[in-house]
Amino acid sequence: MELNNNIKKDKTLNVRDLINERKKSKTISQYIEKMVPHFLKIVTAISILTTCFIVFTLLTETVSFFKQVPLLDFFSGTKLKPLSQNPEFGILPLVIGTLYSSLIAMIVAAPIGLMSAIFLSEYASDNLRKIMKPLLEILAGIPTIVYGFFAFTFVTPLLKMFVPGLETTNILSPGIVMGIMIIPMIASLSEDAMHSVPNSIREGALALGATKLEVTLRVVIPAALSGIISSFVLAISRAIGETMIVTIASGSSKQLTFDITQSMQTMTAYIVEVTSGDAAAGSTIYYSLYAVAMTLFIFTLLMNLFARYISKRFREEY
Amino acid sequence: MSTVIMNKDKNVSNHHQKLTLAKFKPKQKIVYQTNNLNLWYDDVHALKNINLSIGHQEVTAIIGPSGCGKSSFLKTLNRMVELVPGVRITGDITYSGKNILSKSFSVEELRTQVGMVFQKPNPFPKSIYENIAYGPKIHGIRNKKILNEIVEHSLRRAYLWDDVKDRLKQNAYDLSGGQQQRLCIARCLAINPDVILMDEPTSALDPNSTLQIEELIKDLKKEYSIVIVTHNMQQAARISDKTAFFLHGEVIEYDQTNLIFSNPVDKRTSDYINGDFG
Repeated sequence: MELNNNIKKDKTLNVRDLINERKKSKTISQYIEKMVPHFLKIVTAISILTTCFIVFTLLTETVSFFKQVPLLDFFSGTKLKPLSQNPEFGILPLVIGTLYSSLIAMIVAAPIGLMSAIFLSEYASDNLRKIMKPLLEILAGIPTIVYGFFAFTFVTPLLKMFVPGLETTNILSPGIVMGIMIIPMIASLSEDAMHSVPNSIREGALALGATKLEVTLRVVIPAALSGIISSFVLAISRAIGETMIVTIASGSSKQLTFDITQSMQTMTAYIVEVTSGDAAAGSTIYYSLYAVAMTLFIFTLLMNLFARYISKRFREEY
Repeated sequence: MSTVIMNKDKNVSNHHQKLTLAKFKPKQKIVYQTNNLNLWYDDVHALKNINLSIGHQEVTAIIGPSGCGKSSFLKTLNRMVELVPGVRITGDITYSGKNILSKSFSVEELRTQVGMVFQKPNPFPKSIYENIAYGPKIHGIRNKKILNEIVEHSLRRAYLWDDVKDRLKQNAYDLSGGQQQRLCIARCLAINPDVILMDEPTSALDPNSTLQIEELIKDLKKEYSIVIVTHNMQQAARISDKTAFFLHGEVIEYDQTNLIFSNPVDKRTSDYINGDFG
């Protein structure tokens, strides 16, 4: 016992000495320690400044555009003819194209995504869930150009068998494929929200004689509603910003139409088309890029703000 | 539904009738009877040959050290234990004449008649009103007026009405822990069960709230049969008519509470009650 104590004491003394010795040679690491927060601050500032700069550029160029084209003509114009002799810059055809493709995507993705989430969270066994969720999330890792190609070469020909009068480039096919693309996003985020509802609450409902479906629909989903809605909103903003699929599969018709079998151009696809052409810097068509990009930015910004608001407003405390 | 509840009210004449009836009630009316009940979690034998009868409108306390199977037993009575993966049950449990373990018996039906209050208050993340109305609603009661009546009655019955009557629309999680637990009891009363199972209902509460819940339990036993799991022996002594002592998945002793606490037959019971282990 006594021996043990001695050893212990010696060891403590030794370690303390060692630490003290190390302290003397610590000046460099102390300096690094002090500099690290400053360094990290600068790195963070870079990304924020870049964002600010992008928004600033968008704004100034948009202002130049509106010096050439009146604001009202841009937002209420139904004709988009950037390359004609008398160019017209009405953004409505692009807005309609974007809304249609996003709407079709959501019609496909919302029910399938939500039902997948319900299955994974409430019905699947733990093992099945652990296998299926990552598999579903792999869908999210497929490059969008692959989806675009898939829409153009597979889905459109397939749809032609059922939808008479479907054009080779149309908004329906990329809309559906975009929906498939955002299913994992909705399923995964909604599943997270539902899975984080504590089991004790489910048990409370089951103990009242509720069936599994009643528990799911009337306890779990309401409790997870904020997460589910914000997954929807994030998915919509992803669909609004999606570019490749619509560029490939929906063509570049700038006609204002409400027919989903026709080609429609979205805001993103317009930007692709104009930037890949040779619009001279300073021309109206060049500035129109920025105006469209600005509109797009406002769309997705609003959606993201809305998602934040929803998830705060409908957060059910538990 | 509402009329049935009204009959159970503190309505004076009814109450009086009940008391007089109680005199002529056969002493040993049974609601639950288990026969050779065994339960396994995978390979763990958690309940061993339990033969126990639970009396009508009595408070039956189940005591025992952690892991003795008392909660498992309680959750078998409304088959909530089946939510645990890998659980296996043999033997039978007769509840008002029917074997509830038989495949044809509907768990939803059983749980409508046998309510449960959990260890930690678990209100739904909804308003106070919706918490109470949930049970009646899933069983098909839609009429607003009747629902209002049920909500008020259930909250009054759990002595919560005066605390919350002005804020029925507020989220249940704004209530204190003790109030939440009384809300859970009220939620359970709203579907008018015959039996209430309570799984250590006061273990997460402060002494004052515990006292209130105990008073409530004493009061509720006039109309309901109550089975309560507790690790608090004073609580068992204070509120129960009968006490079962569980140890390693077996019932060591089961008798009138005063006998268990004053004159236990088995040495292990007296050791546990005297705090020698557990």
